[in-house]
Amino acid sequence: MSKTKQMASDLMAWVDARLPVTSAYEKHMSKYYAPKNVNWWYVFGLLAMVMFINQILSGIWLTMSYVPSGEEAFASVEYIMRDVEWGWLIRYMHSTGASFFFLVVYLHMFRGILYGSYQKPRELIWLFGMLVYLVMMAEGFMGYILPWGNMSYWGAQVIISLFGAVPYIGEGLTEWIRGDYLISGITLNRFFALHVIALPLVLALLIVLHILALHEVGSNNPDGIEIKKKLDKYGVPLDGVPFHPYFTIGKIPYVAIFLMVFCGVLFFFPEGGGYFIEKPNFEPANGLKTPEHIAPVWYYGAFYAMLRAVTFDLFFIDAKLLGVIVMAGAIAILFVLPWLDRSPVKSWRYKGWMSKVAIVLFAISFAILTFLGTQPATVLYTYMAQFFTVVYFAFFIGMPFYTKAEKCKPVPERIPE
Amino acid sequence: MRKFLTSLVIILAAPFSIAAGGPSVPLDHIDNDLTDTASLQSGAKLYMNYCWSCHALGYARYNRVARDLNISEELFTEFLMFNEDKFGDHMSNSVPVDDAKRWFGTAPPDLTLVARLRGTDWLNTYLRGFYEDESRPWGVNNSVFKDVGMPHVLLELQGLCAEKPEPLGEAKYDPLTGSVITTGGCQSYSIEGSMSTAEYDEAIYDLVNFLDYMGEPTKLDRIRLGWMVLGFLLILFIVSWLYTRELNKDIH
Amino acid sequence: MTQEGVNQGRRRFLGAATAAVGAVGAVGVAVPFVGSWAPNEKAKAVGGPVKVDISKVEEGRLLRAEWRGKPIYILKRSPKVLETLASEELKSLLLDPDSETSSQQPEFAQNDARSLNGSDILILEGVCTHLGCAPALHYEVKAEPFDANWMGGFFCPCHGSKFDLAGRVFNGVPAPTNLPVPPHFIEDGVATIGIEGGEA
Repeated sequence: MSKTKQMASDLMAWVDARLPVTSAYEKHMSKYYAPKNVNWWYVFGLLAMVMFINQILSGIWLTMSYVPSGEEAFASVEYIMRDVEWGWLIRYMHSTGASFFFLVVYLHMFRGILYGSYQKPRELIWLFGMLVYLVMMAEGFMGYILPWGNMSYWGAQVIISLFGAVPYIGEGLTEWIRGDYLISGITLNRFFALHVIALPLVLALLIVLHILALHEVGSNNPDGIEIKKKLDKYGVPLDGVPFHPYFTIGKIPYVAIFLMVFCGVLFFFPEGGGYFIEKPNFEPANGLKTPEHIAPVWYYGAFYAMLRAVTFDLFFIDAKLLGVIVMAGAIAILFVLPWLDRSPVKSWRYKGWMSKVAIVLFAISFAILTFLGTQPATVLYTYMAQFFTVVYFAFFIGMPFYTKAEKCKPVPERIPE
Repeated sequence: MRKFLTSLVIILAAPFSIAAGGPSVPLDHIDNDLTDTASLQSGAKLYMNYCWSCHALGYARYNRVARDLNISEELFTEFLMFNEDKFGDHMSNSVPVDDAKRWFGTAPPDLTLVARLRGTDWLNTYLRGFYEDESRPWGVNNSVFKDVGMPHVLLELQGLCAEKPEPLGEAKYDPLTGSVITTGGCQSYSIEGSMSTAEYDEAIYDLVNFLDYMGEPTKLDRIRLGWMVLGFLLILFIVSWLYTRELNKDIH
Repeated sequence: MTQEGVNQGRRRFLGAATAAVGAVGAVGVAVPFVGSWAPNEKAKAVGGPVKVDISKVEEGRLLRAEWRGKPIYILKRSPKVLETLASEELKSLLLDPDSETSSQQPEFAQNDARSLNGSDILILEGVCTHLGCAPALHYEVKAEPFDANWMGGFFCPCHGSKFDLAGRVFNGVPAPTNLPVPPHFIEDGVATIGIEGGEA
């Protein structure tokens, strides 16, 4: 027994001299310390990782049977659903997985906003995270085209037309993106290439950077206290707990609960009541027949609602372009969040009442905008969308002022028991 | 943990509590039963005899349907296959698309996925919603599909309703005798069919049931597997939670 | 961070239990991914039995068919050939003269002619058991460049494997087994390949 142990440690020494396996394990697992007070909000990063792996695996398997051509794409999806052994399960894993990936990423981002995880020194973590989100939006959009159902087709038509709002080059730009005068098999082919290889590679790289940046500065926590400021005599944070096993194994029960919800939808409501797989996508793409109500998948709802909320021209900018500007601005403004927050404290637990109210209003407006984006635009809904778009932007634009003006509670030096 | 659970349920339930754009016309609800093989078989028979010659089931294969519906190859090829296709082929027909466009204004769509596209309630209403309308080319109209382009192919079974049938809705009962007073549906026929109203409703139930199966043949497997997976995850949760609770004793 | 008062036995047991359940889960997830590589309904539909009319097949002329993408050889042999196939002179040169490798033919074809009831109709998969080339028919008994004492049979041009007119492999060639006989039955001059008689 001791001989095998000796051999194992010799082998490890041989490898370590050539590849930093042990030191990497210690840096990122056994001697990476997470604050002991992190709560369930901190599980969504891991869940996002689980969903990412789910998408990659099921995606690779779908690629084995999917045919990226205008003539055969729709039939090949039904081929996967009917003829391929287990194909239906792998397809539902991917389609339901997309929605759950976005869901956990939204909750992960909101956690960051609640506890000020974007603040100094974690600005880069936030930026890489935002880039991940941006690439995910492109990835999800292109993925939704691939089944080549009627909603795929018309959704692509509407979204690509947005680029037509760009002054002077708009027309040429949309044709260049489509590679045709209308959405066609040519568009499908290039989106397939981007969806299955180009964007996933970028996504994987960004996720690595996101995690590397996190492990450099360490995790934030609900109290926004830097645990690295109080160390014991070995240089270990007094309020820290080794990441492994306490936050690796310790999160398995949460993952199990999440998977129950995920599988509950996957196995019992795979269409998600028409929100995850929309009904018009059960007929093939038809350039002559627009679905009665074109709605984006729910995870783009908020931004789509803001786009539609702009129904008026402003100065010399027409409504179409202004809508695109508002939508792009709504995403762009998230990127600069770390520099909008002037508060001396991180967590909303210690921020003043103005920040607390602002965060709640922001969450409500985002949820309502998401809902509005999936619904047909009625007069009332358009007014609502306009109102909540203003609330959404007010949260960000007002932030430098209300975070500066309000009185914060003092943050303790150690994490309270 | 409990707080986490409650929050998760609330967060996840929110999008489902709102229906995704309800139908504009009231529909007759149907609770069909995919485990009722006899009903599926009779639905398949109706479909192949009355619908299939125009509406293909181009994504499904004969042998799969025969297997799932528990029909032997001999019986299936003899009574439910109307061309020289092989048993493993797709259930396509040979409608000439150009001619069909001329006859009906549009080519009859493939109906493999119609139950997922329209929903079973819609089908249940549509198939019972034909009525006499002399202004239309085929002399019929439909209560949920206005100015429908196809004739009433089940006329010999149902007969022809003289007026637009009302949606069924909740049946009202006479408070004294307990008998049904209004149920909607067709009130009078201008042509009598071979089936009574109840028989016809039964036939449509079978047909809709079959189309629901057709839209997603793995539906029953999916649900069965779902329970097993949930059961497994529950075990995983309990075991890992006990272990985690044990580990967390280290943290003070 | 202390481990005082920890029940190590309980801890180890729960750890092992968690690992075991996790492993079951991993296997469970692998099942659909591995399973989806199996021949699917489309492959099965295409690979279903094929029917070939053999009523007009001539002696010594190879009729080719296709089943599951593989070439199927159908050959009618003369009574003289059948005699040769049963002779000890030929059998002594063969690797498996009595077709004892059961994977290479259905039970009904385990005879000298390797055909249904020893009939003159031979049905073979034309796939060399060495590396999958298609062997060519050399029916006549005559000196061939590859064998001066050729008694008639199949010769694989890729790596020189030789088979007799029942698809049995000769000694000293690269191919390890006889050419496979697919399941089949013959009814009213029509051969059905891919399914045995009596099966549903």
